[in-house]
Amino acid sequence: MPDNDVLITGIGIVTSLGEGGEAQLAIIDGAKGKVDRETFLPYAVFAAPPLELDRHIPKKSDQRQMEPWQRIGTYAAGAALEDAGLKGDAEALQRMNLIVACGGGERDYAVDGAILTGMRDAPDKGVYLNERLMSDIRPTLFLAQLSNLLAGNISIVHGVIGGSRTFMGEEQAGVDAIRIASARIRAGQNDLFLVGGAVNAERADVILSYEMGGAIWRDPAVPVAKRNGGGFVPGTAAAFLVLESAARAKVRGARVYARLGEVQADRCRRNPGEVQAGLGRLFAAAGAAPTVLSGNAGFGLASSEESTAIAQSGAARTIMTGEHLGHSMEAQFPAGVAIAALALKAGKLKDAALVTSVGHHRGEGCVRVEAVA
Amino acid sequence: MKRTLDSFGRPVVAVTGMGVVTSLGVGKADNWAALTAGKSGIHRITRFPTEGLRTTIAGTVDTVKVQEPFCAPNLSHELARLAAEEAVSQSGIGAKADFPGALFMAVPPVEIEWPQREAMANAGGNGELTYVDVLKGAASGKFKPMHELFLFGTVADRIADEFGTKGSPISLSTACSSGATAIQLGVEAIRRGEAPAALCIGTDGSVHAEALIRFSLLSALSTQNEVPEAAAKPFSKNRDGFVMGEGAGALVLEDYDAAKARGARILGILSGCGEMGDGFHRTRSSPDGKPIILAIKAALEDAGLTPDRISTVNAHGTSTPENDKMEAMGCQVVFGETVPPITSNKSMVGHTLTAAGAVEAVFSLLTIEKGRIPPTINYHQPDPMIPLDIVANKARDLRVDAVLSNSFGFGGQNTCLVMTAEPAN
Repeated sequence: MPDNDVLITGIGIVTSLGEGGEAQLAIIDGAKGKVDRETFLPYAVFAAPPLELDRHIPKKSDQRQMEPWQRIGTYAAGAALEDAGLKGDAEALQRMNLIVACGGGERDYAVDGAILTGMRDAPDKGVYLNERLMSDIRPTLFLAQLSNLLAGNISIVHGVIGGSRTFMGEEQAGVDAIRIASARIRAGQNDLFLVGGAVNAERADVILSYEMGGAIWRDPAVPVAKRNGGGFVPGTAAAFLVLESAARAKVRGARVYARLGEVQADRCRRNPGEVQAGLGRLFAAAGAAPTVLSGNAGFGLASSEESTAIAQSGAARTIMTGEHLGHSMEAQFPAGVAIAALALKAGKLKDAALVTSVGHHRGEGCVRVEAVA
Repeated sequence: MKRTLDSFGRPVVAVTGMGVVTSLGVGKADNWAALTAGKSGIHRITRFPTEGLRTTIAGTVDTVKVQEPFCAPNLSHELARLAAEEAVSQSGIGAKADFPGALFMAVPPVEIEWPQREAMANAGGNGELTYVDVLKGAASGKFKPMHELFLFGTVADRIADEFGTKGSPISLSTACSSGATAIQLGVEAIRRGEAPAALCIGTDGSVHAEALIRFSLLSALSTQNEVPEAAAKPFSKNRDGFVMGEGAGALVLEDYDAAKARGARILGILSGCGEMGDGFHRTRSSPDGKPIILAIKAALEDAGLTPDRISTVNAHGTSTPENDKMEAMGCQVVFGETVPPITSNKSMVGHTLTAAGAVEAVFSLLTIEKGRIPPTINYHQPDPMIPLDIVANKARDLRVDAVLSNSFGFGGQNTCLVMTAEPAN
């Protein structure tokens, strides 16, 4: 194996199917994650499982400083490091590079609601907003809103400090995070990365962002193919991968889940036919695989165009991760790659799997995840 | 063809185009004239009411008009577009809307803003309002354009469409070091040989009430509102916080040989990038300054330069008590007794946040080109804890061969860039 081949040597994953690799394998047999149909009526969301946060975020003070998207992300990052045998390995963590794909936000819903109500009768809305925000917002809420503070928390809690970058931009952020990390390993620019993403879908404002565009689908029981481009059911998920050069993995005798092919990524203006043609090119560059783990968002024309492109690729089987776990935006692609690697390692999938991502609005990507002997 | 390689055998990364927008103006000429004259762009905020706020000043860019009501992604996009247009046009690369390389873009994290939230809430309900009402309003389908507007990827997506950059554009945030990170990603891509060119942009047009209040509640902002131009005073004893600014900086990076082959003028070399995370605290640096020191050292090492080769430091210099102290200490450790002259552009343009690393990279490259270091204005009460050669109040003429530009951010982000003059052939 060439020294700069990119290997997955650690996986930390949390989805509505549960925590850890074992729980995710059920997806291959058709299992679906837990759905919360009550909290956000009339919307359904695939919900996070209960987590024993202390396992990977030992200090309560750290837990308190985070909002749920940061907690599940920091938790999954810790799980990936532990899985790779690198947790607490100061020498390795000091040179480990971090790339996180995420959004951000988190609102104080009570404060927002009270302000919206009061604003209606306020003589000067701007002045009213100033007064209320100055007195009602928790100062530390900002740190739960800043996109790069998931990475910041991972540095603080786990000591990953070799470098830290946060990619935003919905689904494609997850694709590009893995693309850049693996390109840097392949080019010999670095040999050790922690890369992944986290999304808490159980937030009114997250549902809102996509409901504005008519992209939320309300019934998780309907298969993606039958939604007529009507959208996705949001899903909470966090997935982190330890990526390592083959040379480095060999020296330390790391357990290897799978090898990553070159991540393919592009964008188009989404004119009819462009997604299908573009994916055809990306699939050809990535190489065929018997199984596809598709991140199909079920939204717009892109949804059926992706399905057509996959059918044309000759894959024998397609698993739509969104039907099992919901659509988890920035975390969707890292989660797909993690599940492919886990299933290949466990022998539940053979040879290779193609993991795809077609953004609900923009961006297309895929990678071939390959079994190693 | 003989390849020009750096001391590590990597392709050399040339800068062939630069663009900048700040509160001092649109374009390099206006910015440089104001900057070297020691003129401040900080003023009273007029964009929104400031009653009840502790800070009422900022370096907003008010001359660039965007659609009302104000919305950060729209202004961030327009600032980026202006800077990119100047950079791409100066470089003369590609054709119109056909940039032959990748896009790396530092953009402020996006959020639904109050006017839009309010409109949706009122469309959804009329009693005591909650997110149920906001969601009802959104479900009406009347707010579709806002979906695209408030996606994190949209600003970069629009720039990719307008300039015809290739491949998947990257939207990134490393807080206040984002602009430098965008450049770093471009440097790495060119060194990998992925593309002959990269368009690297940092943009930030996000001064709205809540954004300001959030920094204010963390006590990060200067409250010396009386004389807006005098509030940002990096390295001064009486500094009391940063002043929010807006702006954008754009660089066209190219493989040196490819740039030469097409006859491009080389404006400078992006010689080195260094980064180091800090796991100490969410908003504060490690007390020993180690991450800052290691980031500077990493940038120097990546550039293949010893500290004595740096002519001047373009500081992060936010004017917060913490940053300036830690940055000065870091420089003293790295440079020893001979810290080169140091200056902070933020004394005049404020802290352009997501854009800062890119804006200041443009100013650093202009410093090399013109042989003149812009001053740190408002430096009247030296801080005895910062015994450095600050370029105080007046520009200084000096032959500049290499600039170190620092960017540090919340979340333990430390990114440093080294820019040098074109090597003699």
